Amino acid sequence: MNHWIIAPIVLPALLAPFIIMVLRYHLDLQRIFSVAGTVGLVGIALTLTAQAAGGEIQVYELGNWPAPFGIVLVLDRLSALMVLLTSLLALAVVLYAMGSGWDKRGRHFHPLFQFQLMGVCGAFLTGDAFNLFVFFEVLLIASYGLMIHGGGPVRFKAGVQYVTYNLLGSTLFLFALGTLYSVTGTLNMADLAVRVADLPTEDTALLRVGAVLLLLVFCIKAAVLPLHFWLPASYSLAPMPVAALFAIMTKVGAYSILRMYTLAFGPDVAITQGLAGDWLLPAALVTLAIGAVGILGTQHIARMVAFAAIASMGTLLIAVSLFTPQATAAALYYAVHSTLAAGLMFLIADLVIERQGGRIDGMTPMPQSGLIATLYFIGAIALAGMPPLSGFVGKLLVMDAARDAGDFSAIWAVILVSSFITIVGLARAGSLIFWQSHDARHNTEPDPENEDKVIHLPPPEPMPGLTFSAVFGLVAGLIGLTLFAGPLMEYTSSMAEQLYTPQHYVDAVLKGGEQ
Amino acid sequence: MEALFASAVGVLTAAGIFLILRRRTFPVILGLSLLTYAVNAFLFATGRLALNAPPVLNKYADVPYTDPLPQALVLTAIVISFGMTAVIVMIALGAYLSSKDDRIDMKAHDSVDAAPGEDV
Repeated sequence: MNHWIIAPIVLPALLAPFIIMVLRYHLDLQRIFSVAGTVGLVGIALTLTAQAAGGEIQVYELGNWPAPFGIVLVLDRLSALMVLLTSLLALAVVLYAMGSGWDKRGRHFHPLFQFQLMGVCGAFLTGDAFNLFVFFEVLLIASYGLMIHGGGPVRFKAGVQYVTYNLLGSTLFLFALGTLYSVTGTLNMADLAVRVADLPTEDTALLRVGAVLLLLVFCIKAAVLPLHFWLPASYSLAPMPVAALFAIMTKVGAYSILRMYTLAFGPDVAITQGLAGDWLLPAALVTLAIGAVGILGTQHIARMVAFAAIASMGTLLIAVSLFTPQATAAALYYAVHSTLAAGLMFLIADLVIERQGGRIDGMTPMPQSGLIATLYFIGAIALAGMPPLSGFVGKLLVMDAARDAGDFSAIWAVILVSSFITIVGLARAGSLIFWQSHDARHNTEPDPENEDKVIHLPPPEPMPGLTFSAVFGLVAGLIGLTLFAGPLMEYTSSMAEQLYTPQHYVDAVLKGGEQ
Repeated sequence: MEALFASAVGVLTAAGIFLILRRRTFPVILGLSLLTYAVNAFLFATGRLALNAPPVLNKYADVPYTDPLPQALVLTAIVISFGMTAVIVMIALGAYLSSKDDRIDMKAHDSVDAAPGEDV
């Protein structure tokens, strides 16, 4: 067996308790180990991606128990790419959190961060539905701690709401899994695929109920309307670097939808045919529209970026809900893009908030506005999907894939109009924050009434080099995504091909048991 | 027995959902606990209900046995929900002590005016 597959779970799982038990009073050592661990995770993810690129599906049997009796981890192209994306985003976030001093504003940032990585990587790698639930809980319980990092009454209140909503989601997840188990007698995803395909089409109402419940759970995670209510408050009130990391959490929901509804309840399965796509498409369209309107309507940059994250999930799930190989390839490209772009925008939002509070009112002076305005401009172009950055390529691919769909005019209309609203909203916020307010350092004619309000501050970050290298790293990632769109698209197409031939996956997992 | 069991799960779920829709954190947490009891009982029943049957195979005699997997799943679910309840109690306590009220809804200005990272 290839032991690399479990490394992305074991490394943070060992590092987090080590940091919390041995290094709890040594912030510098915590930082060194946390960054070293994240760099190690990037290395492991690159190794896994190289191993999965050939198209072979590898299976890791925990405790050497053969599937379907034991829990398996499965490495295919999709899970390798998602782990790589997680580790790259995590590296940028941990550098930013150190540079901005966010990890000093509360306790135990780094251990919680590592536990979060463990949960996310585990959710991407597992091949067992109940184990997916367990990894969801791992990533959620770490995210509860990260979300209220730094404290404050408002953040605590948002934290209570966030935890309540997600506990409800977890309960629903258990109900869904129980229903599926009672019908099929298995929770291994590959085995589930085999048993669902064998079931007679009549008398399977319970199975369909289970499949829809499961879809609801993943939609909560992916913040699909009308289940998105947890996202704006919790993302905008969480520490911004944490919100940047949370950009991957909504993708966990999208990944789970893609995995379960191509493998177990795939488009070819008669029992659940059209169940996911028919419901998901309108919901995704409304999600995109509401996200775009939210961007235009908010008064605070953090909330604006949170709505932009909702809008990008809308675009992503439109592509997912078509359930064709071409659309899925486009969705995967867009998922990589939107994770990096949303992470970048949350970090830029933090730069703005640290300097002027983040209000979009045109009243507050903005120090260092030149550099940050440029970064905001780049991030806004990427997020809105304007040329030349990868958001444009991604949206183009999604729209191209939707051309064969029955109601493509609705999809095109929603994507184009909401892109326009997004552009207006982002331009409004940018011009109010950066142009209509004055740069505090160049304030030659102080208004006598507001003279005491003029700020003369050095950059608020203790280590601006680290924060800006993290932000520029994400920008470089977006540029790379644009330049290498062709090869990447070929790779995501091969991923989609792998997803839509579930027989290979099933063979790999269940044959692994016979050896 | 099935009818009794199913209605118990249903009543627990209904009571849990009713309590979750309250406006203060204490009933909401009670509601979440009731919901987790409901889901634990539900998971237990997914292996079918059987009386006086051990969850192990007996290779010497043909005695009835019950499905052991749901019991393992329930154990995991109980541990996780117990931990989660402890976490939400602590966070709710933090919210109550720092803002001096235990309402779960946020005032309109909480989300818009207050900058993240800013203590009001």
